[in-house]
Amino acid sequence: MHDRRLVTEGIRVSRIFPKNSRQIAAALGLGVVLFGGLITAGVTYYFTPKYTRVGYTPYQPVPYSHRIHAGQLGLDCTYCHTNVFESPHANLPSPNVCMNCHDPAKGNIKGDSPLLAPIRDAFKTGRPVDWVKVHKVPDFAYFNHQIHVNRGVSCVSCHGRVDQMVEVRHEQPLSMSWCLDCHRNPEPNLRPNELVTKLDWDSAKDWKVSPLTQNTDSQEAFARKMVKVSALHPPTNCTTCHR
Amino acid sequence: MTTATIQPDLQRPQLVLGNKRIGDVTEIVSGIVEKKTTPLWWKIAATITGLGAVVVLNLNIFYLFTTGVGVWGLNHPVMWAWDITNFVFWIGIGHAGTLISAILFLMRQRWRTSINRSAEAMTLFAVMCAGIFPGIHVGRWWMAWFLAPAPSQWGVWPNFHSPLLWDVFAVSTYATVSVLFWYVGLIPDLATLRDRATGKLKQFAYGLFALGWRGSNRHWRNYEMAYLVLAGISTPLVLSVHSVVSMDFATSVLPGWHATIFPPYFVAGAIFSGFAMVLTILIPARQLFGLQDLITIKHVDNMAKVILATGCMVGYAYGMEFFTAFYSGNAFESFVFRNRAMGPYAWAYWTMVTCNVITPQFFWFKKIRQNVWLVLALCIFVNVGMWFERFVIIVTSLHRDFLPSSWGYFTPTWVDILTFVGSICLFLHLFLLFIRFLPMIAMSEVKGIMQGHSLMNADQPLDVHGRKE
Repeated sequence: MHDRRLVTEGIRVSRIFPKNSRQIAAALGLGVVLFGGLITAGVTYYFTPKYTRVGYTPYQPVPYSHRIHAGQLGLDCTYCHTNVFESPHANLPSPNVCMNCHDPAKGNIKGDSPLLAPIRDAFKTGRPVDWVKVHKVPDFAYFNHQIHVNRGVSCVSCHGRVDQMVEVRHEQPLSMSWCLDCHRNPEPNLRPNELVTKLDWDSAKDWKVSPLTQNTDSQEAFARKMVKVSALHPPTNCTTCHR
Repeated sequence: MTTATIQPDLQRPQLVLGNKRIGDVTEIVSGIVEKKTTPLWWKIAATITGLGAVVVLNLNIFYLFTTGVGVWGLNHPVMWAWDITNFVFWIGIGHAGTLISAILFLMRQRWRTSINRSAEAMTLFAVMCAGIFPGIHVGRWWMAWFLAPAPSQWGVWPNFHSPLLWDVFAVSTYATVSVLFWYVGLIPDLATLRDRATGKLKQFAYGLFALGWRGSNRHWRNYEMAYLVLAGISTPLVLSVHSVVSMDFATSVLPGWHATIFPPYFVAGAIFSGFAMVLTILIPARQLFGLQDLITIKHVDNMAKVILATGCMVGYAYGMEFFTAFYSGNAFESFVFRNRAMGPYAWAYWTMVTCNVITPQFFWFKKIRQNVWLVLALCIFVNVGMWFERFVIIVTSLHRDFLPSSWGYFTPTWVDILTFVGSICLFLHLFLLFIRFLPMIAMSEVKGIMQGHSLMNADQPLDVHGRKE
């Protein structure tokens, strides 16, 4: 830059480009990086099941509160979802299950509540209540409910603390990688079969206290043993789910 | 320089003929780009290839995408046919450019300077043509992104054990490094064009890509260092890219593909086909633009020798494949090679052998090497032969595999043929655009090798662009 000729050539270049073209180029480069980063971050956050599915809480025809029934009253999950241990599909209860308590002719708990009218109608006519499905798995993904719960995967692993929800909310992304995370490393989600429906059971805190588990060392030791003894190796090939 | 003291017989032939001065090189090469109008042949060629690249290629790919791979002739048991043949063919073409620009640079082969720019451009265009085929060959362009390992909510990745994935890395590295190498080499010449340009738009466009080059000592120092480093990075790529391509075949257990000789065999074939393509394009370009003094008969002669050497390697590999099949005593291996030479695809096999083994033997004779039209004709044979080599390897190995009940015969459809024709048009069209808008000979590098003999003739001092001060 101390050579006089170079300085004059520099001037010639600057006739074509504005004086601050170096800054413009830097700003453009930075802009591209920032814009690209923003797009990537936006797509990653807003376009994946962690955002598109988690938090989905549809209005149900009857504002059935899981918090009251499963939480405060302590009903077991299988009191209503009777077939979850035997069936590939987790069933919803038919209205006669509700009517065990809410039938005006029997228990008559809130027997005349207008909120329960759809249940009473369904009970009378035999037409099922139009519950809105919360946890949907696409048609091309095969899911078998009973194999999971019978292998000691608790309801809470996929559905969250339903016993604390007023209306059921989509708690987990149910994305393919989310499934694969557990299939590749199932151990943290395993517990004794008897505790599968105990949503408030905490393997870290309750392990030594619970009479069912206090004889084994820890959840980790139990899970390792389960994997070994029951050959618990969840398949991860494509045809496991895409049949 | 002390050329006067060397015996005339021992002097190396001049690489730039016609007693040229440094400024003449700038005038000749820039003149092609700066002409207001293009020659008639350029207009006709650019129109035909442009239509082929834009209309024929795109319509065929569109038809493929909207209808499915059934529009191609491939079907069980020949599941790879023209698509992968074309891919390997185009990737191979690129190797001459990288060899000329990287290995010949490190070997101090000064004759490379007048051909390296256009050979590197050919590398880029060939890689672009090659890149089309893996992207479309399953007919589902919306899945093409899955070629590259990218994080997704699926949580699945391409198989890292598979050479098909290594291929993605090999080819994308190759494309990136080739672009960088080509562009870095272009910068001083772009600055020359910028300084000579008269219109504002040209000044801006060339100036933008010249990155403020002023030809200062520091610029040249950084440039030389960058060029050397890129040559170092490119050198292993000459060998690695086609080795990895060959592993697409060699790591499978199919007789005819499963051979340890494949990587060197493919690399030799790639350089063979690449040099043939460079000559196929440069000989007409040299004649049409009158560049005989810059791309001299010596250059043609040298490239013909490279073709002869690599052609012999390829011929050796063909022979060795048969020897391996015989010596292994493996019935399946022997069958595949007997079937290649005498089966239903014998016509393709013998076309390949004729074009690739017999054709280059003519280059033993200096008279033939120095006759550009004969060289051009022979190079076209080599191009045809090298396409057939990939076709023979892929299709003859697949069409009769272990289960005789599912033997078949592959016949291309018109979509197969037109897609390939479209890719040839794309290649040629890009090259025509290149010679129109960019200097097809590396001016600054050619000037570097003519120091001495040409400056001596200068009666006045010249500036860096060869103009009189």
